[in-house]
Amino acid sequence: MREITYAEAKVEALRDVMRADRRVCLIGSYFLGLSPRRVLLEDIRKEFPGRVFDPPISEGGVCGLAVGAAMAGLRPIVDVTTASFLFHGFPQVINEAANVRYMSGGQLSAPVVFHILHGLRGGGAAQHSHSPQAMLWNTPGLEIALPASPRDVKGLLAEAVHSDNPTIVVDHARLFEVKGEVPEELFSIPFGRAEVKRNGRDVTIVASSLMVQRALEAAGTAVAEGIDAEVVDLRTLVPLDKQTVLTSIAKTGRLVVVDECHRSCGVAAEIAALAAEEGFSQLKAPVKRVATLDVPVPFSQPLERYIEPTAEKILATIREIMR
Amino acid sequence: MLRLLRTMWTIRAFEEKVSELFGRREVHGLLHLSIGQEAVAAGACAALRTTDRVVSGHRPHGHAIAKGVDIASLFAELAGRETGCCRGKGGSMHLAAPTTGFVTATGIVGGNVALALGVAFACKEREKQEVAAVFFGDGAGQSGAFHESLNIAALWKLPLLFICENNGYAEFTPLSAHTPISQLARHAETYGIPSATVDGNDVLAVRTAISDAAARARAGGGPSFIECMTYRLRGHYEGDPAKYRELSELSDWKTKDPIRRFAATLVKKGTCTHEQMRAVEAEARASVEAAAQKASTGAWPSVDEVTTLVYAG
Ligand SMILES: Cc1ncc(C[n+]2csc(CCOP(=O)(O)OP(=O)(O)O)c2C)c(N)n1
Repeated sequence: MREITYAEAKVEALRDVMRADRRVCLIGSYFLGLSPRRVLLEDIRKEFPGRVFDPPISEGGVCGLAVGAAMAGLRPIVDVTTASFLFHGFPQVINEAANVRYMSGGQLSAPVVFHILHGLRGGGAAQHSHSPQAMLWNTPGLEIALPASPRDVKGLLAEAVHSDNPTIVVDHARLFEVKGEVPEELFSIPFGRAEVKRNGRDVTIVASSLMVQRALEAAGTAVAEGIDAEVVDLRTLVPLDKQTVLTSIAKTGRLVVVDECHRSCGVAAEIAALAAEEGFSQLKAPVKRVATLDVPVPFSQPLERYIEPTAEKILATIREIMR
Repeated sequence: MLRLLRTMWTIRAFEEKVSELFGRREVHGLLHLSIGQEAVAAGACAALRTTDRVVSGHRPHGHAIAKGVDIASLFAELAGRETGCCRGKGGSMHLAAPTTGFVTATGIVGGNVALALGVAFACKEREKQEVAAVFFGDGAGQSGAFHESLNIAALWKLPLLFICENNGYAEFTPLSAHTPISQLARHAETYGIPSATVDGNDVLAVRTAISDAAARARAGGGPSFIECMTYRLRGHYEGDPAKYRELSELSDWKTKDPIRRFAATLVKKGTCTHEQMRAVEAEARASVEAAAQKASTGAWPSVDEVTTLVYAG
């Protein structure tokens, strides 16, 4: 199969879902952030005149518009750009979109997609580096997808658009250059199916988004030390594929969870709770978390690097749990 | 007069140096330069007292310098050093030096306007005749925080100066793509806030407008809105190729460079000589060089610093 970059796969997904479904429109168009690859999005503008909108700096209004439009039958994809700006749309995302189906007794739904770029970016400091996926996960009613490979970004984006639920696609600019095999045709990856990205028998590393790549890197290095790590990519937090995680723990008996959220109440905390509640008897060692430290993201580079969940930290944690 | 010129040259020299250091990776992060907009910062801060409070946004270097923040501490901050005004924790978009009256900058567009509302509220409560001023761009004028703040400031007659730097663009798109309203000052009218639209590249015009507004605020007259028409001569951020605007537009605005324009006026009026003008520039550049040099020897924060200052106590 052909290999393309993550950025290319992402743009292909947007193009294909727009071709397939006239209800889809793009509100905001920085799906590739400030990356030089953002020129790829020009083709989408050209192909779909009138279906790509550049909104003013009015996140509250824009997110509300998208939720309302979805309730009224459209399938908008909102690019909120940096995840930190989603907070300015929280009233509409958390209080409206997430609740509407339930509150309306099933009469209404808000099949909208919110796209955000999360995480550390090198100098983004405290206000441009958030990973709000755990906060979002604490809101029943939202689906959350976090692609980590070119194939996944294409398939998960398509599924997000098909989904009848409000969905947050949590992406990471540091994935854009990753290369991988991607089918040419439009396809969906069903939500709630984690993927074992690397088979191993000694320790399970559960990760999502960019952390999957870091986990794979650490697992690759660990081989030289005789450690065979399995890497499980959650792919979606909601719905959560518990079974794949538990099956892997049953095989290895050890769990390291890697997460770019802050450590307390992050994604890693929830996975650790799952292991404690439903996989306890399988565990040979206490669960370990590798996550961003519980501090606002510092600007200074030595400090930012210090709080970051790196491949080295994952490796050190694998060694520890194997001891 | 020479002070205004010196402030503008200092801002220009500072940002040119920042750009150079960015190229050498000695400063990092998202950097938004205000080259071309110096007259707004210099003119406005010259009309304010040391005790007045300023809040800025993602393009804050000029405002901080004009309010008197130590330049070496700014260089150090942009490099992420411990000697930075925020100990390297904030960076370019999050400068703060409250003892100078430069309360804070924020990277959240529109957030600065709401914060300044509170600073003005505190000024009023303290009854010290202090005023607050907030610098923001035309793009911020579409945020909810902006409109909510205008209403509350007018309603509660807060001593707040809304200083809009209308440079015609928000990121990579012109104002017309963001709002059908070409002059943001018109929003002020809706709330009965006195407003003025001035040539933002004319430092004296800015100073006069801000002086009037500050006097009104001190006398209990509430907020004012001053829209300064200007232009950023650089891209939105360092590294932005800025292909979204015509070269002719750029060269046109270059002829309206606020610093050269003011210098020429001063010479023409006989306020000072060419030599004096050049001396002001040279002094500003020298002090900026010295500050950059000093900052470059600052220590990096130790990793123990990472967990400090998250909470009080
Ligand atoms: C709430 C929020 N949304 C989006 C951004 C991203 N952003 C940074 S600067 C900017 C444009 C701001 O334009 P304007 O207010 O005109 O100021 P200028 O850059 O022209 O000085 C945008 C959209 C942000 N920082 N904060």
